[in-house]
Amino acid sequence: MTDAPKPKRKDRVPMPEQDPKVRATNFLEVPLGYTPEMAVEEAKRCLQCKKPACVCGCPVNINIPGFIKLIAEEKFAEAARKIKETNALPAVCGRVCPQESQCEAQCVLNKAGRAIAIGRLERFAADFERENNLIQLPQKAKPNGKRIAVVGSGPSGLTVAGDMVLLGYDVTVFEAFHKPGGVLMYGIPEFRLPKAIVEKEVDYLVRLGVHLKLNEIAGKTVSVDELLGERGFDAVFIGVGAGLPKFLGIPGENFGGMYSANEYLTRSNLMKAYRFPEYDTPIVKGKKVCVIGGGNVAMDAARTALRLGGEVFIVYRRGRDEMPARAEEIHHAEQEGVKLNLLTNPIEILGNENSMVKGLKCSRMELGEPDESGRRRPVTVPNSEFVIDCDLVINAIGAGANPLLTTSTPGLELNKWGYIVADEWGKTKKEGVWAGGDIVTGMATVIEAMGAGKKSAMDMHEKLMGVKKVQQAPGALPDDMTCEMPAKR
Amino acid sequence: MSKILSMRELVPTIFEAVVEAPEIARKAKAGEFLVVMPDEKGERVPLTIADFDREKGTITIVFMAIGTSTYKLAAMKAGQSYYAFVGPLGHASEIKNHGTVVLVAGGVGTAPIYPIAREMKKAGNKVICIQGARTKDLLFWQDKIATVCDEHIITTDDGTFARKGLVTEPLKEICEREKVAIVYAIGPVPMMKFCSLTTKPFGVKTIVSLNSIMIDATGMCGGCRVNVGGETKFTCVDGPEFDGHQVDWNLLTSRQKIYLAEEKCSLQKYVEEAKK
Ligand SMILES: Cc1cc2nc3c(=O)[nH]c(=O)nc-3n(C[C@H](O)[C@H](O)[C@H](O)COP(=O)(O)OP(=O)(O)OC[C@H]3O[C@@H](n4cnc5c(N)ncnc54)[C@H](O)[C@@H]3O)c2cc1C
Ligand SMILES: Cc1cc2nc3c(=O)[nH]c(=O)nc-3n(C[C@H](O)[C@H](O)[C@H](O)COP(=O)(O)OP(=O)(O)OC[C@H]3O[C@@H](n4cnc5c(N)ncnc54)[C@H](O)[C@@H]3O)c2cc1C
Ligand code: SF4
Ligand code: SF4
Ligand code: FES
Repeated sequence: MTDAPKPKRKDRVPMPEQDPKVRATNFLEVPLGYTPEMAVEEAKRCLQCKKPACVCGCPVNINIPGFIKLIAEEKFAEAARKIKETNALPAVCGRVCPQESQCEAQCVLNKAGRAIAIGRLERFAADFERENNLIQLPQKAKPNGKRIAVVGSGPSGLTVAGDMVLLGYDVTVFEAFHKPGGVLMYGIPEFRLPKAIVEKEVDYLVRLGVHLKLNEIAGKTVSVDELLGERGFDAVFIGVGAGLPKFLGIPGENFGGMYSANEYLTRSNLMKAYRFPEYDTPIVKGKKVCVIGGGNVAMDAARTALRLGGEVFIVYRRGRDEMPARAEEIHHAEQEGVKLNLLTNPIEILGNENSMVKGLKCSRMELGEPDESGRRRPVTVPNSEFVIDCDLVINAIGAGANPLLTTSTPGLELNKWGYIVADEWGKTKKEGVWAGGDIVTGMATVIEAMGAGKKSAMDMHEKLMGVKKVQQAPGALPDDMTCEMPAKR
Repeated sequence: MSKILSMRELVPTIFEAVVEAPEIARKAKAGEFLVVMPDEKGERVPLTIADFDREKGTITIVFMAIGTSTYKLAAMKAGQSYYAFVGPLGHASEIKNHGTVVLVAGGVGTAPIYPIAREMKKAGNKVICIQGARTKDLLFWQDKIATVCDEHIITTDDGTFARKGLVTEPLKEICEREKVAIVYAIGPVPMMKFCSLTTKPFGVKTIVSLNSIMIDATGMCGGCRVNVGGETKFTCVDGPEFDGHQVDWNLLTSRQKIYLAEEKCSLQKYVEEAKK
């Protein structure tokens, strides 16, 4: 990995991965995780800063030097428990957090390009604790007689549930699907986040006493007003995510073999269509596949299509530097054989006599002046139309706010895009109702959704029990240090 | 987990299950639907609410066994529970005093027509039901339908019972005979399409209940999209009832055929395993 003449431990310890050729044909996890030796070696590189900037880069302010020190001392389960003081889902976050722009971006060693591999260590500690059956249930506060309803079992909802149950509340989570976890279950593929891990993390909450009501759609089976009224809940947290597919509005979008990324990934992940016919839900397996978009969702769809046997092209209208996906995801996709068609804009989907997709008509683009987002605006090259032959097109151009719950809940204020308006602590304009995660911010990240859930939990606790909330997780930072919470709202 | 309280085969291939689901029954309205999963590996199958009893807390579903999922549902017995039973979903029918309402039921569509007829009758409408089936042996719920309409016409394609012919013939006659405020047509796609074509010249509003292929049924995936009046709509959240004169029937038909090969493969596997 490295040929630097200086002592080797100055560089990050690399994490072993499945070989690209092999993994392109299976759904097993790509990075294999650290061994205890690797973890200890990496942990020992940490400088144990007095003022740890890394903590400020983490939206839930995990005590990073604290847990890393425990790993260096080979107290792995203790390290996991330290993380769980502030983050109930470490095995998930260690895998899917964009660490390079969060905790690791702030690490003092980052300037030298040698940031501590905080995410990998977090993952290691959580995996070690789980795989060795060392998970202990923390002490819960005495029941306080108050009941909390959480709508949606994505990361924001699970965080609220975990925090509130520990504080002595009676918590019930309502989930529309037959499996809990939100995007962790239906969006992010198995090869990036094994579903067994999500199940274990949810199981931990259930063991803590959280009630899980699956197959209950708030706004349909039960309304928010009923939860607060006849069902007797003292507060409701809404964490329903941003589940509304966007379409391009180009001709041919209704041909068979044209999916929204939501549909494609839901079929594959939640319904396990990648194991059809063992599972009953089918999926169109493209021989040649175009995935439209340049974000993480597009990468997930592309790498799924590749594993289902397709030759896969990403079609993105800007250049590589403008792609919003994590560099690591683009790298993984390319390693596995996904091809990038950059500066390419789809203009029409072509269909055959059976109304199934047979091609994607595109035009070439070039980059012009920067737009509002600071990225250079793509402009069409005249007369540059061409057709990519393909039998599957997946559109991953983003998601919006699903109106199912919000429109059936009078008193909630929504912004012009349909997202819920909430203050910094997640409190909505409706009495007794908090909201957080993607339904407030638009699609963001797992850890930001969790950060929002934490804040709402603290605010609820203050409003319901009069316990003053704190800005930072206690103990993670020295008294004379505060950081601006990076979580955007 | 929703327990099956009773299960019977109404006529060959068409089954009726009464299910314990008090929370859904409390909310259910005519025209809405549910999602049912037979087991963990199963599909999320959309089925219309065929009846509900708020007091007893039960929901009745009626389905035709045509593929793996409905075969699985058909094989389940009273006392067993569905893996998932979710609802109520979609918009309810617009129940009010319209005047004269004609309800046309084709085949298994008889079941969803029943609660609409009942509620329309309660709302003071003159209710005319036309119930059609391929042949006498496939007719069910005639007695139930009879109790909720003022006029009850039955047709069979082969003439083995009552009037021979298609449901569109009496529909046309009624439109010629009297002023009809609204028509509801529920059944196979061709039947709904031809009912819509029949009423169009008379300018009678015709509501159909579309059965696109669905996954989540909460507006999250767009898989159930249809084209109505030139606009893309999601059947699960915008429907399932739409104006039949505006529906792009060719698109609906082609989107129902996306998985023909997979459906065949899946059913073959199911039948082979069932033999073992
Ligand atoms: C394909 C994909 C890949 C991603 N990859 C990453 C990544 O690598 N790293 C990262 O940090 N972020 C990633 N994200 C973003 C991240 O997953 C989300 O920001 C995060 O999951 C948002 O959490 P949430 O709690 O707001 O809601 P969600 O995770 O969206 O969960 C919402 C839950 O609420 C349920 N629900 C909705 N409506 C109702 C209702 N009316 N009643 C009951 N339940 C309801 C839904 O079924 C769902 O289970 C990805 C997103 C996608 C789609
Ligand atoms: C809102 C809604 C309400 C419905 N209500 C009822 C109901 O009350 N009773 C009932 O019997 N069915 C109803 N359906 C149809 C039912 O969902 C399908 O019959 C079922 O999903 C078929 O699954 P399968 O695996 O058994 O058959 P598949 O193997 O999926 O299909 C077998 C055959 O049926 C066709 N087909 C596939 N999906 C559908 C579909 N959604 N509708 C019609 N034909 C299809 C296929 O082209 C194929 O030829 C409803 C559908 C919707 C969307
Ligand atoms: S939760 Fe995410 S951001 Fe926070 S320390 Fe862990 S990997 Fe970094
Ligand atoms: S900033 Fe980096 S080196 Fe310092 S404590 Fe955090 S992880 Fe360790
Ligand atoms: S079934 Fe997914 S949007 Fe209707």
